[in-house]
Amino acid sequence: MSDMATTTDTVLFVRTQRAERVAPPKGPRGPLGWARAHLFSSPFNGLLTVLIVAAIAWVVPPLLDFLVFHAVWSGDDGREACLATAQNPDPGACWAFVRTWINFFVYGPYPMEERWRVNVFFALLAVGLVWMMWLDAPRRDLGAAYFFLALPAASVVLLHGLPMIGLETIDTALWGGVLVTLVVATVGIVVSLPVGVLLALGRRSEMPVVKLFSVIFIEFVRGVPLITVLFMASVMLPLFVPPAWSPDKLMRALVGIAIFSSAYMAEVVRAGLQSIPKGQYEAAAALGLGYWRTLALVILPQALKVTIPNIVNNAIALFKDTTLVFFVGIFDFLRTIEVARNDPAWATPVTSFTGYAFAAMCYFVACHFMSRYASGVERRLGAADRR
Amino acid sequence: MIETAEKAGTAEAAPAATQGPAVAITGLYKWYGDFQVLSDVNLSVARGERIVICGPSGSGKSTLIRCVNALEPFQRGTIVVDGVTVTQDLKRIDEVRREVGMVFQQFNLFPHLTVLENCTLAPIHVRKMPRKEAEEVAMRYLARVRIPEQAHKYPGQLSGGQQQRVAIARALCMSPKIMMFDEPTSALDPEMVKEVLDTMVSLAEDGTTMLCVTHEMGFARQVADRVVFMDEGQIVEINSPDAFFTDPQHERTKTFLGQILG
Repeated sequence: MSDMATTTDTVLFVRTQRAERVAPPKGPRGPLGWARAHLFSSPFNGLLTVLIVAAIAWVVPPLLDFLVFHAVWSGDDGREACLATAQNPDPGACWAFVRTWINFFVYGPYPMEERWRVNVFFALLAVGLVWMMWLDAPRRDLGAAYFFLALPAASVVLLHGLPMIGLETIDTALWGGVLVTLVVATVGIVVSLPVGVLLALGRRSEMPVVKLFSVIFIEFVRGVPLITVLFMASVMLPLFVPPAWSPDKLMRALVGIAIFSSAYMAEVVRAGLQSIPKGQYEAAAALGLGYWRTLALVILPQALKVTIPNIVNNAIALFKDTTLVFFVGIFDFLRTIEVARNDPAWATPVTSFTGYAFAAMCYFVACHFMSRYASGVERRLGAADRR
Repeated sequence: MIETAEKAGTAEAAPAATQGPAVAITGLYKWYGDFQVLSDVNLSVARGERIVICGPSGSGKSTLIRCVNALEPFQRGTIVVDGVTVTQDLKRIDEVRREVGMVFQQFNLFPHLTVLENCTLAPIHVRKMPRKEAEEVAMRYLARVRIPEQAHKYPGQLSGGQQQRVAIARALCMSPKIMMFDEPTSALDPEMVKEVLDTMVSLAEDGTTMLCVTHEMGFARQVADRVVFMDEGQIVEINSPDAFFTDPQHERTKTFLGQILG
């Protein structure tokens, strides 16, 4: 530095001494320093901090009181347990109600003695999900075959029944609760991914007919609310198709959901495809990889990676949108709560709140799990392009 | 190879693959819409020949070599690569591309694959080589470009010069009959140009058929058998490197060399 000062008037400079490495200047340290830098860095920031803390203090304690401290945890004999008493003048959530009805929430009106079939389905689904979601799992190719081929076939046989092998047929009108929510969400998400990829590719295709079909399909479906798609599937379809041919109600809703989510997925995937530079296509082409191999080995792995947050976002939205099948008379999880909360045996001022709180917590846990999983995958895949 | 020669022979009466030129371009014309980018390009590249194509930017040199492996379509003329005529037929195009290695200005490595996977992808999936064998081949070529120790890194972790050498190794892994280079050093930091050029020189010394678009005149002088000078989509002059640099014939060549050599 010192020789710099003496040479300000000349243009030439030759360093004679290597500049010392110096530690960065000390910033604020400790919790107090952190708080000052992050929570109270300006009057406005400080005001926000105070307001938000006040809001939390205002909302959280009563919520905890309701959900935990004043809640009623047990009691099988109906509403009595959850009414105001001398000991508990202001009763909170009536968890006894949820405990009594939990089987209905999970299985809906599915026949009692056949519910083991649903449990087997849950187990098979869990195995499939873990196999697909655990990125280091052995034989993931086998896992994919299991998840996309064996599991759907096994589920139909199990849940719907196959009298030939002694499983009596259970009409889908008797399916309900978490079972239906999981079936609808899984089918929607699982179908929408491959179909969405194909539609996205179709939309970028150089073949005009394919392109036109994809564009019309995507734009039409995206331009219509899901509830309309569901109504069309469940109300209008039977008008055109003779009753004998008409697929069952749940099936129609599944097709509606799958069509709807595919259109959205297509747009998500298209954004990912657009982010891949042209050079990647050219490099793959120059190596002699054909169209499908280029897609499968070079383009889609990169495009899907950048779209993972959006794919999961879609999956979360779809998972919650499955509650709309409620309106076409399908007994999903929310519908079972709706039925249970109107049970006169449990009619208390808190029953409805409890039911909805339970539903909200279940949906939140599932969605939060999906979003955590997605960010884990993102971090892991991101390791590949540290720059 | 014999198979491709037979196919081409029956269809186009092209010369047998083993004797004819590596690349034969005749009467090539190309337009982007109404804009003409190539006109009347005729060039024959012999087996083992090293050709450097140079010229001002926009002169069509990159477009020309991109026509050879059909990354760009052309409207008139014929290109025969190793006895196979380049047409719009996708099967034919892939057949040509397997035999023509290409190195791009921007490397275009696959960022989601390791260096080794970049090199084995096409041998495994196009040449149907067993994975183990493909990896051995890849390691041999990575050693050849002097970065075997980077095999398990991702391209994003390498310097530009290293990435470009991986790109060269990736192309070599397909054992192409012709190597094409599209301004391979133009996107590199000055300090990294040499390591890439050294690799290319060593390839040239081994008798690889090379078609290089480059502004590296030192490289042209050192390895080229012929230098092709292009301007406005046409070949203006083809000359031996000595004559090209010391005694250029065409006026346009003289002004170009005057500009770049000062």
